[in-house]
Amino acid sequence: MNFRHAKTFLLGAIALGFLASLFADRINPYWLFIFYDIGISIVMAVSLNLINGYTGQFSLGHAGFMAVGAYSSAVITNQFGDLSFLAANGIFAVALLAGGLAAALAGLLVGIPSLRLRGDYLAIVTLGFGEIIRVILQNMDKVGGARGLSVMHGWTNLFWTFGLAAVTVYVVASLVNSTYGRGFIAVRDDEVAAEAMGINTTKYKVTAFVVGAFFAGIAGGLYAHSKQFITPGGFGFMQSIAFVVMVILGGMGNTIGVILAAILLTLLPEGLRMLSGIEHLPGLTAERPLGWIGDTRMIIYSLLLIVLMLTRPQGLFSLKKSSVQK
Amino acid sequence: MSALLQLEKTTIRFGGLTAVSELDLQIGKSELVGLIGPNGAGKTTAFNLITGVYQPTSGEINFDGQSTVGCKPYQITKRGIARTFQNIRLFPSLTVFDNVRAVFHLHLRGDVRHALWRGKGYHAEEKSVADRVLELLEIFQLGRFRDEPAKSLSYGDQRRLEIVRALAAQPKLLLLDEPAAGMNATEKVELTRLIRFIKDKFQISILLVEHDMKLVMEICERIAVLDYGVKIAEGKPDEVRANPKVIAAYLGD
Repeated sequence: MNFRHAKTFLLGAIALGFLASLFADRINPYWLFIFYDIGISIVMAVSLNLINGYTGQFSLGHAGFMAVGAYSSAVITNQFGDLSFLAANGIFAVALLAGGLAAALAGLLVGIPSLRLRGDYLAIVTLGFGEIIRVILQNMDKVGGARGLSVMHGWTNLFWTFGLAAVTVYVVASLVNSTYGRGFIAVRDDEVAAEAMGINTTKYKVTAFVVGAFFAGIAGGLYAHSKQFITPGGFGFMQSIAFVVMVILGGMGNTIGVILAAILLTLLPEGLRMLSGIEHLPGLTAERPLGWIGDTRMIIYSLLLIVLMLTRPQGLFSLKKSSVQK
Repeated sequence: MSALLQLEKTTIRFGGLTAVSELDLQIGKSELVGLIGPNGAGKTTAFNLITGVYQPTSGEINFDGQSTVGCKPYQITKRGIARTFQNIRLFPSLTVFDNVRAVFHLHLRGDVRHALWRGKGYHAEEKSVADRVLELLEIFQLGRFRDEPAKSLSYGDQRRLEIVRALAAQPKLLLLDEPAAGMNATEKVELTRLIRFIKDKFQISILLVEHDMKLVMEICERIAVLDYGVKIAEGKPDEVRANPKVIAAYLGD
């Protein structure tokens, strides 16, 4: 992939996000929140792709990093009352950054065991980490414990969501598409050979975890200030799995595929919901003929995943043949 | 004159087994040394000691005047020892070009920030890396495969690519672990020519572990023979060939 005009892409995407946010009040709020969800999913999936896809580590705790970012940023912004437009965005930026840094620190802590563990073993460690975060939050009364935490400010908007999604894509893609960054894939392909070729595998793995966690933390901040209410349960194991599914469906180590998968998998449950809401269909007399879809929506979603994995194990949007497929 | 690589009484034990025992070995500048021995003699273990995969239980390893004991493999590679593997270990999903390019991070002046900022300096450096990678690939007739994934290459080409990748680290000492394994007669002739060519063109030292006697006798200037982790002979090919201990080790007494 040629990545020559990376900076142009980045600035263009941020400008586009800014323009879109100017017209945000004309967009149906239902759709607006779906757009936020899409942006957040992109940040999560693309950052997880650096860890799972490019570096070949298997993290099942990405939602844990997201929780760290969500709670950290929310605690910061909750200190402030009503602010002017500029002050609000300034504080928000600082809070998002703080959330990202807090998550990056957590990433560093998880990255250290990853030096010794591989594959399934690492997956279990990261899974345990995600659960620890959840349980700690559940027992912290200062942030509402299991009841959850109200976030006072709904500062997330299209500019922040898509601007930061663009930054995430830019950072991950520039890292990987450089001579320095080929090291990530080298670690994934053959750790022993990578080490023998002068690649400090430890440093690369920790870098992947820290950078991935940083962006997950930022996504958490966006999520908190979009929903305005967060509970520890919202960042559980199933949430981590959802992001892993996006990475696998998009094709491990394929940024564009992962972005598309994040969009698709965020829209799919909503799309099925809408389908079930159709009142009449030509030729069918029953009222809400597709109503059953609404009740079985999550089953259909799961079935679609199974079908997709069976038919396209190399990733939905990958052009290359999978190495899994013989 | 001090040798480039010097092993002094290097020993490694795995539990009760002494895999390599008090090995003394010297390799001078641009010398081609062979290390032979029957299966399980400890040749690959000696390799792993030199490259830092294993740490010696006792003894000393000096490279270029400094000890390498305690160094990680990647640090040793940075100091100038590059290797290939007995069973080829390329980066299978990377292209031929990227397999070699990944090693060039050793010679980069910029670091992560360079890659993230993508300024003029970055593009200039990437361009020069690309030129050097292609030049290296062309020398070894791998240029036409540059965009193929490494795993799609034929066996012989994969072997060659692995050697090219090791050379990209710009080593002073190249370690080849059974490069002729699995090759047919024609490919072996080709390999002999290739090893000679590398030595002349890059002026580096080579340590060759090999089973194929014909190949070793033909190209090595000096040969050391290991048996059960102990060096039983060392000398010029003809001397080693005539040594009764070596004959006994290979044929049984």
